Amino acid sequence: MQASAATAVRDFRDDARARFLRIDPLMLVATIGLIAASIYVVGSATADDRPGDPNYYLYRQAAYAGVGFVLMLLIARLDYSRLREWKLGIYGFMIASILLVYAVGVSARGSKRAISLPFFSFQPSELGKVLLVVSLAGFIVDRIRRLGDRESTSRMVLLAVVPAMLVIGQPDLGSGLVYLAILGAILFIAGTPWTHFAALGGLAAAAIVVVVIAAPAVGVEVLKPYQKDRLTAFLTPGQNQSKEAYQVNQSLTAIGSGGKTGRGDEATQTKLDFLPEHHTDFVFSVVGEEFGFVGAALVLSLFALLIWRALRTLTIAKNFYGALVAGGITAMLMFQVFVNVGMTIGIMPITGIPLPLVSYGGSSVITTLIAIGLLQSIHAQARETAAVKRL
Amino acid sequence: MYLDNERRPTLTPQLAFRIAVIGGVALVMFAVIFFRLWYLQVLSGDSYVAAARENRVREIKVQAPRGEIVDRHGVPLVENRHSFSIKLSPDKLPRARAERAQLYRRLGRLLGLKPQRLERRVERELRALPYSKPTVKQDVGPNYLAYVLERQNQFPGVEPESEFLRLYPEGVVGAHLFGQIGEVSPEELKEPRFNGVSIGDRVGKAGIEAEYDRFLRGRNGAARVEVDALGKLTNTLNRVQPIQGQQLRLSLDLNIQRAAQQALAGGTGRGAFAVMNVQNGEVLALGSQPSFDPNIFSKPISQKKLDALTAEELGKPLFDRAIQGGYPTGSTFKLITATAALESGLITPSTPLSDPGSLTVGGVKFENSGGVAHGVLSLVPALTVSSDVFFYQLGRDLNEKGMPLQQWAHRLGIGRRTGIDLPAESPGLLPTPAWRNALKKKDLTDRYWSVGDNINLSVGQGDLQANPLQMAVAYAAIANGGRVLRPRLGLRIEDATGRALQQLDAPTARRVKISPETRNAILEGLNGAASAPGGTSTPVFESFPIPIAGKTGTAEWTGRPDQSWYVALAPYPNPRYVVAVTDEAGGFGADTAAPMTRRILAALFDVKESGLVQGGGAPD
Repeated sequence: MQASAATAVRDFRDDARARFLRIDPLMLVATIGLIAASIYVVGSATADDRPGDPNYYLYRQAAYAGVGFVLMLLIARLDYSRLREWKLGIYGFMIASILLVYAVGVSARGSKRAISLPFFSFQPSELGKVLLVVSLAGFIVDRIRRLGDRESTSRMVLLAVVPAMLVIGQPDLGSGLVYLAILGAILFIAGTPWTHFAALGGLAAAAIVVVVIAAPAVGVEVLKPYQKDRLTAFLTPGQNQSKEAYQVNQSLTAIGSGGKTGRGDEATQTKLDFLPEHHTDFVFSVVGEEFGFVGAALVLSLFALLIWRALRTLTIAKNFYGALVAGGITAMLMFQVFVNVGMTIGIMPITGIPLPLVSYGGSSVITTLIAIGLLQSIHAQARETAAVKRL
Repeated sequence: MYLDNERRPTLTPQLAFRIAVIGGVALVMFAVIFFRLWYLQVLSGDSYVAAARENRVREIKVQAPRGEIVDRHGVPLVENRHSFSIKLSPDKLPRARAERAQLYRRLGRLLGLKPQRLERRVERELRALPYSKPTVKQDVGPNYLAYVLERQNQFPGVEPESEFLRLYPEGVVGAHLFGQIGEVSPEELKEPRFNGVSIGDRVGKAGIEAEYDRFLRGRNGAARVEVDALGKLTNTLNRVQPIQGQQLRLSLDLNIQRAAQQALAGGTGRGAFAVMNVQNGEVLALGSQPSFDPNIFSKPISQKKLDALTAEELGKPLFDRAIQGGYPTGSTFKLITATAALESGLITPSTPLSDPGSLTVGGVKFENSGGVAHGVLSLVPALTVSSDVFFYQLGRDLNEKGMPLQQWAHRLGIGRRTGIDLPAESPGLLPTPAWRNALKKKDLTDRYWSVGDNINLSVGQGDLQANPLQMAVAYAAIANGGRVLRPRLGLRIEDATGRALQQLDAPTARRVKISPETRNAILEGLNGAASAPGGTSTPVFESFPIPIAGKTGTAEWTGRPDQSWYVALAPYPNPRYVVAVTDEAGGFGADTAAPMTRRILAALFDVKESGLVQGGGAPD
């Protein structure tokens, strides 16, 4: 008995080391590259924002990234499959933390999104993104044999729409849309029939018509005026006088003026504060202005690498649950990158979605690193299973 | 195991297809972004660079008026005045040197400035702070503004800016206290106390303005405006209103401050005074003579005017003698010697000492001033008639291990800053053996410490350097039974209507142990000095309706007239106020400083004085 216990312990250690080595190195490279870009760009864009404290945002972002990175490595070593058992708890925690914001949240610029903690303010809607992926995938696996049912689809839709609506009510339209994108991706990977997607698309279109056209016509304003401005400003940036059109114009000017190789220290759009939110939502515009097409393309390539590796992880997952989680995370990353970058180059509306890993903000950076940790865990587990099979 | 799907899922054709769809979406998405970036940055980059260069949206700072400063009754001492200044906007200045020189010539002609000087100053400021807006001239009249605004094509980059300047309605009254404001320097911006201040903002640089800057500062507003190619405002996009700084109420009493400054002005023209509440350290008046009109500092002043304010032969009006002066205090110091002798047990109030008119120690003869002999006396009469020989003996006997005289002087605040809420205080000097011996070792003086030094200190002569505020604090500590107060000027922070927002706490006092017997004996001696027959200042105060305790002092200078001192505690025997006055060349304490003190006390206690108060009395 004694001997076998000792052996088990040693096996476990070897196992852990091996599992660590089975993470995806390319994904790790993309992650580190994006974090490094973020710390550099956030630091240079905010050097003049707090007089006398030029490194305030730089140090904080580096600290968030450090914490997130450690979490990512820890999660990569664990077996993500356990999370399936905890789906109810995770889902409940997500809803509760979002509701808590309504009760004790701190207001910033007209919306209550965060809970104030001693060292930073925590945004449950950010962490909610990865929690939704993990719990929703769990619920779907439970109904694996009845996936074609209309009831299954509508249950999943309901499970995702509840937190999405709660978040949109904060109001945080952007995160709500990310939740819906995650729902779509998980249903898609799960094999939901095309007819269901067609029906859902029809419902969404009808909802938009009601919210934007029908309800205002009878005197009920669902969206706040600024939300409507944000959603429509990108269509006609030239003539629109609103603050949102101003932001889009300044962002386009920043990116355009970056040219091929960037303006470096002459980046007046950023340095003279013409560019709004230059360390959060519009951080990509800073990259575009300071480093030009070369820099923007490099950052995009790192995202492309990350998404490619995420999709690859999805194909090799050892179980269906892993595939669904990987799918949800891939969609979460893709949607945020496309909408955020699209916003800065004037082809998407302004929705307040951060650029994963690059935008300043602890909740967003740490959430994204947790998600990547899950992807790494799925990758490591798949490789391990494959190795065991070879034996 | 409960997981029914633990097996690796075979990649079904359906799943493979769907993953391919997602991959396809990602591919399309990146392609769209890349093409859009290519279009924006590579194909139209140049036109965006041009757009960024002449970005038409400007943020205009709207300066917040600073908070006002009022006296203890709410009478304004420092206010704001609205004015316009002419500034240059660097990004709209002509790029060609010749055109710029032309602009400076036009401006110089219009505003009466030397074009070369203007050019040098502006270009230097722009090199140091590339995004600042250099000021051409402050406080310009409306017709100049109109002239410039109507001819924007002749004056490219020249912009008027509305500005608040400080206004001091009382002129010279309290001039030394307020200090100046000025543009924050790059070094100051790094300090935490200037958090929230940005380049070009004006902050307190000295005096009360610096000490309470965070309350007085206010928060600048901003207007985001769109301008046309000539820089003319076409559209205001949004606006953040400036918030005026908070009002500061001082403990100062304007009437007493004014009376004291008038009293000092009647002397030899160089002196200082301090009036303080003995119980809580509130300063009711504090000033230095000669004074100046602070209104000249509300805008830049010429070097010539500044030189005049610091010139030795004009009495250095900017120098605040009340907190920065360092003088021997003459016999006013005897109160400290008395405290040391009593508290260290050297004598009791009834110990008799003989005063034969002189004391010879180590071959040196120390004499009473005027050479009179007072005979045998104890402490109270010794203070009353201000016997030097009595205190010489104390000084001689206190020159022992532990140096009790220096210890007590130090405890009572001599040779250290009082801690008043003004930034530029100087500590003065309390002579000690260690100090003199260190100087001698560095060959900065001719001899080591000797008993003669202590004898000189016992009557406030020699190397001692103190100022009126320090003397006021020391006297107050003895009068209130041992609390060495930190004097203070700031009482509370208020909104513009005078409603209190925040009481400024009275700073904690240092405690020293002084027995009631010591206090009573000293006050009795000082009361005698101002009222008993033979008292040094009896002729000045015998007709004054409020009983006081007061001490004259005459500090001797070689090659210069004597310096006159007077420190009074009133009313006797339970003093509420201490008044310390000195006149640098006023002669005997009773001749100049005592009558000045009487005029200040008259203002403090609302005593109507008929006729001029004459100086005079015994030498001390």
